[in-house]
Amino acid sequence: MKMKQSMAALIIGGFFGAGLAMAGMLNPAKVQGFLNITGQWDPSLMFVMIGGIGVAAIGFPILRRRSGPVLADSYSWPELVTLDRPLLLGSAIFGIGWGLGGLCPGPAIAVLSIAFWPAAIFTASMLAGLFIGQKLKAAQ
Amino acid sequence: MNFNQKWGCNMQIDWANFTPYMSLGGGVLIGLAAVLLMAFQGRIMGISGIAASVLQSRPDNHWRMSFLIGTLVGSALFAAIIAPVELMMVASLPVLVIAGLLVGIGTALGSGCTSGHGICGISRFSVRSIGATCVFVFTGMVTVFFVA
Repeated sequence: MKMKQSMAALIIGGFFGAGLAMAGMLNPAKVQGFLNITGQWDPSLMFVMIGGIGVAAIGFPILRRRSGPVLADSYSWPELVTLDRPLLLGSAIFGIGWGLGGLCPGPAIAVLSIAFWPAAIFTASMLAGLFIGQKLKAAQ
Repeated sequence: MNFNQKWGCNMQIDWANFTPYMSLGGGVLIGLAAVLLMAFQGRIMGISGIAASVLQSRPDNHWRMSFLIGTLVGSALFAAIIAPVELMMVASLPVLVIAGLLVGIGTALGSGCTSGHGICGISRFSVRSIGATCVFVFTGMVTVFFVA
């Protein structure tokens, strides 16, 4: 089972990485262009959202009618439903880092294969941040 | 006095860099990956969560590591076979370090990033994810206003 899960995840990760590359998400300059609404605004990332949300909004309800996933016991749908302080504060902090570097977690990993050193430095720093964030969240 | 003059900004569409078809196509692939990960593994495709779990050495981390390696291989294959990937770093190394820290801390506290909240959460009409996405896009825009 573990072998099948790993193979499936490898292929699905491949779709994700190719999608990020195709979408332009790996280019920090393009990400900043999308966030630059008061200057030269590049709306391309809106189309990434439309494509991704569109497919998932159709696919997820279809999955919900099935009894469970192919390679695991059950679906793990998130259960929390209300806005809280860590969510909003954390998202605000994430947005600042996203604007500064033009990279979010998925592209940071995907860029490792294209511009290794900057991506590796960002990713190492991000992993340190995730570790700190987990501690902060646990202390709440 | 029009809006741009009043607010001291100069908003224009950057047509030269606008890539609606490639971005829509990439978005469709990302959405497909999100649906497939739920269909096979039963998990939300949130990269910050997947990366954070790997730090905790959880027993079911084999699929998470495979997913992350797949992401790396997928982008490399796309760049090698289908189209070259345009890439321009915007931050100096010290800024990149700070940005990475903020992205890590923020997504751990906020329980997600662009993939988990922005794609998966919004497509489930999750109030938390819609709120989180509005907040990080807003603070991202404010940040770029000051640094770009």
